[in-house]
Amino acid sequence: MPEEKHIFSMLVDNQPGVLSRVSGLFSGRNFNIESLVVAETIDPLVSRITIVTKANKPVVEQIEKQLNKLINVIKIRDLTGPESVKREMALICVRAKAEHRAEILRIVDIFRCKVVDVGRRHYIIEVTGDEGKISALLNLLKPMGIKKLARTGPLALLREPD
Amino acid sequence: MKLNGSQILIEVLKEEKVSTIFGFPGGAVIGIYDELAKSEVEHVLVRHEQGAVHAADGYARASGRVGVCLVTSGPGATNTVTGIASAFMDSIPLVVISGQVPTNLIGNDAFQEVDIVGITRPCTKHNYLVQHINDLQRVLKEAFYLARSGRPGPVLVDIPKDVANDTFDFTPMEDINLKSYNPTYQPNMWQLQKVINLIEQAERPIIFAGGGVILSKASGELTEFARKTQIPVTTSLMGLGAFPGSDPLWLGMIGMHGTYRANMCTGHCDLMVSIGVRFDDRVTGKTDAFAAQAKIVHIDIDPTSIRKNIPVTIPIVGDCKITLERLSSLVKKSDPNHLKRRRQKWLDQIEEWKSTRPLAYKQENIIKPQYVVEKLYQLTKGQAIITTEVGQNQMWAAQYYHFDQPGHFITSGGLGCMGFGLPAAIGAQVACPDKLVVDVAGDGSIQMNIQEMATAVQSCLPVKVVILNNGYLGMVRQWQELFYEKRYACTSMDYAPDFVKLAEAYGAVGLRATQPEEVEPVLSEGLSVPKPVIMDFVVAKEENVYPMVPAGAPITEMLLV
Repeated sequence: MPEEKHIFSMLVDNQPGVLSRVSGLFSGRNFNIESLVVAETIDPLVSRITIVTKANKPVVEQIEKQLNKLINVIKIRDLTGPESVKREMALICVRAKAEHRAEILRIVDIFRCKVVDVGRRHYIIEVTGDEGKISALLNLLKPMGIKKLARTGPLALLREPD
Repeated sequence: MKLNGSQILIEVLKEEKVSTIFGFPGGAVIGIYDELAKSEVEHVLVRHEQGAVHAADGYARASGRVGVCLVTSGPGATNTVTGIASAFMDSIPLVVISGQVPTNLIGNDAFQEVDIVGITRPCTKHNYLVQHINDLQRVLKEAFYLARSGRPGPVLVDIPKDVANDTFDFTPMEDINLKSYNPTYQPNMWQLQKVINLIEQAERPIIFAGGGVILSKASGELTEFARKTQIPVTTSLMGLGAFPGSDPLWLGMIGMHGTYRANMCTGHCDLMVSIGVRFDDRVTGKTDAFAAQAKIVHIDIDPTSIRKNIPVTIPIVGDCKITLERLSSLVKKSDPNHLKRRRQKWLDQIEEWKSTRPLAYKQENIIKPQYVVEKLYQLTKGQAIITTEVGQNQMWAAQYYHFDQPGHFITSGGLGCMGFGLPAAIGAQVACPDKLVVDVAGDGSIQMNIQEMATAVQSCLPVKVVILNNGYLGMVRQWQELFYEKRYACTSMDYAPDFVKLAEAYGAVGLRATQPEEVEPVLSEGLSVPKPVIMDFVVAKEENVYPMVPAGAPITEMLLV
């Protein structure tokens, strides 16, 4: 059976040990985690975990049910489809030799990202977007030399009905 | 009312009507033990914390209530892990209270400190570290609620020593409200109607029931439903007793060591109504071949059990008891005689499987372990509570003791935990002081928690241990014989203690039988002594459990006697 990528977004109790229950469930049941983002929500008692996993259909069903079964998981939703907005972010430290500096800034401009740190030999670029956009930017910057890269997994939010 | 943490624990135990707990004291729980000794809550002092958890497990299964144990931090807590894992696999409601080092020392590698919440996270239904006295009462109430509701399971509460000593203004709590926990008890009526339609069309239906039926106290409802629809019933190991073993519709146990007819039925049925089961690999064998001709209905309170191992036609999330009641009420409209006529061919086929391939063993001039269990069944008239260790003894007990009632067969089914039977028997005896409680054991597994004989003697719990002594770790030896060309690597227990003397050393009664004609007198005597007894039956060394489905083979491909 083919594997599909799924984004699960869940509200969980903001307590110590909850993340470990979630990640332990994945490792203990041999599920796969591609990325994971956690932060407090507007309610300080609740955090949101956004987790990306890749599995075949029955396993995806199990993952959702098993997560739901955790006592600290308040709500879970599969946000894979187009009815949700998804964004990732990356900080890219790119080598900036004199002959490349203008080119890099042009790329930054085209991709509507930002230079957040400048040095004599580097720029740090902040970019947000979907996975495709970030990968495309990285491809363009690769020839200049990427010194360091920090990248989040996707965040997702369901669009509100009109 | 100002109470300290230990007193709050005792108050909650009283509110939950816990009359007896099982445990072992230590530094981190001295304060709790001090309060416990002043209270009316009884305490059974075990000899190893694993025994405390198995005893609480046996208590829970025999009584249908939450079992409770109390242990200290560090090694006390880690010793409970096997017991907790066993209860988790079998969905047994337990509350395990562990002491913890004071909160200011947590994380400092303090004496007898261990992160037991971290360790038990994957083998508890839920667990808690109580960081503050203000949380203690709520956490304890939640622990009991979680343990017994929905799909039951063990819940661990880790209480640091300073939290147990701290004080809190205690007033009895109202209902528990967990926003993220809301088990589904009511089944979907549309789905139930579909099941009824399938039953009416089916020509070769069977019911496959499991431990969930016993946990939801639905044996009566299951029996009524099966009789009304004239559908034969098999159960998993965990389901034994959920349906009367003496009923004509009874097929025997399913699975690796199930009866020939039960396994053949799964291969040939066109409808399997499964209730309170989770399709363990020991039940299904090769999953692709399992009930391959059948539409499968799966009723379970835990949505994760459904479609985990086996694809199903009609999934139903709900409580077994409520669901079976509803199903029976929907069946009313059809005529059971009409159903019976429709099923006659199928019932005849089953009868043929039963008569040609019954459970059997060869009687020889040496004690056969099956014979001991048969005699035990006859002498106790099927009324004893049977606990088991794990391995051949467990399977022979399951095959040759016929269970008519729930709560009478207590075994570590999912985890398969050797050393379970004796402490579980102790717990069952506490729950049912007037019942005869017998641990069917092997010479290997009894030695895993033999120290609990001292508990039985000290607490005046007259449990009986029947050792089927073949000098081997018999089930592993059986696999070595069948699949490893008889290379008996490390399975021969050449040296074992003299169990009769050992019983006497513990202050119990020891008896031995070495010849078939001694079996009955030894059992009669052992069962009638009002003290703990070990009966050592020296049985055929290389007897195998049959039928047997080799691991991973289709369930209909059995090795037979």
